[in-house]
Amino acid sequence: MCDTCGCNITPGNRHLAYKPVNGGTSAISVLKKLLAHNDDQAAHNRAHFDTRGILTINLMSSPGSGKTALLEATIDALKDEFRLAVIEGDLETENDAARIRARGVPAYQITTGSACHLDAHMVHEALHHLNLSMVDILFVENVGNLVCPASFDLGQHRNVTLLSVTEGDDKPAKYPVMFRAADAVVLSKIDLLPVLDDFDPARAEQCLRQLASTVPLLPLSARKGQGMAAWYDWLRSELAAQRARVSAGQTVKPYIQPDGARLHAEVG
Amino acid sequence: MHELSVCQALVNQVVEIAQQNSAHTVQLITLYIGPLAGVEPALLVSAFPLAAAGTVAASAQLVIEPQPLRVHCQTCGADTEATPNRLLCGICGDYHTQLISGDELMLANLELIT
Repeated sequence: MCDTCGCNITPGNRHLAYKPVNGGTSAISVLKKLLAHNDDQAAHNRAHFDTRGILTINLMSSPGSGKTALLEATIDALKDEFRLAVIEGDLETENDAARIRARGVPAYQITTGSACHLDAHMVHEALHHLNLSMVDILFVENVGNLVCPASFDLGQHRNVTLLSVTEGDDKPAKYPVMFRAADAVVLSKIDLLPVLDDFDPARAEQCLRQLASTVPLLPLSARKGQGMAAWYDWLRSELAAQRARVSAGQTVKPYIQPDGARLHAEVG
Repeated sequence: MHELSVCQALVNQVVEIAQQNSAHTVQLITLYIGPLAGVEPALLVSAFPLAAAGTVAASAQLVIEPQPLRVHCQTCGADTEATPNRLLCGICGDYHTQLISGDELMLANLELIT
């Protein structure tokens, strides 16, 4: 308890610590996004990527839905076609970065300690540990969590959300903020569908569409190599689109953000 | 529990604005938060004293004005109410809709004592 940081002030004694002072009261209208500082840093990160023609993809999902396995398979298939790099986010351990490096691709591990998401400042710090001049596609594997990562712009161009068939097919209905943020939804581990008779892919898609989402749904199994071609084609088309934007001096944020920005233009 | 991170961002902004306006105390903070902001107002309220302790906003009252969830239908053109996991048009039921309101995470206004 001290007077320096204010930790001695509690809800019970606050009225004593802050006596009303005579003076003018002024009301000011702000109308600023709460995460404006994060968004400024994210824009700075995005500018770094655009300068170098890099496509940055943020992978989000619950823990254990196969983000790292998807990256491993993608690296094996595409590392001769594109220069890839990965930023890994976990609370602890270098395990995922070690898995990526074992495939011959540079990876930097962010360990957040207890933080449940990555933010734009953490990603910026990580960028200083990667040689960005040698990268075509940068993957950011967010902390496994279907809640918090959806609220923080990192500077990525696209969000990909994974839903594994070992989870419930109603996950998009339960976590609407996360699934609404996706530019593509990967339905992972589909090789397990024959033994999981309670997961209905059609119901998963229905729950996704009810969020007014028109994005591609990509069913695949990274381990068994099923459905991977559609994922690789999506990556190729996104990289081509990013290069076209860069040569036209444009950039893009994940799907829902410009939508919201435009519709809320009158307030911010 | 990312509400503490959001609160820290809020307090940083509020302190900055208070300094710009030469205020010594922030009396009232009003936020607009929609159901699709990804932030739980009750958790924000409980995290606020931790983030605000020792700043000019430490004694501020935090008021959260919830925002309605509304969508615009690109197919039939109607504007209707929706729910967080059912953003379909309330008239024709189509899913080609755009959010008009409901994902706000905004610092709306402040009352400052100068």
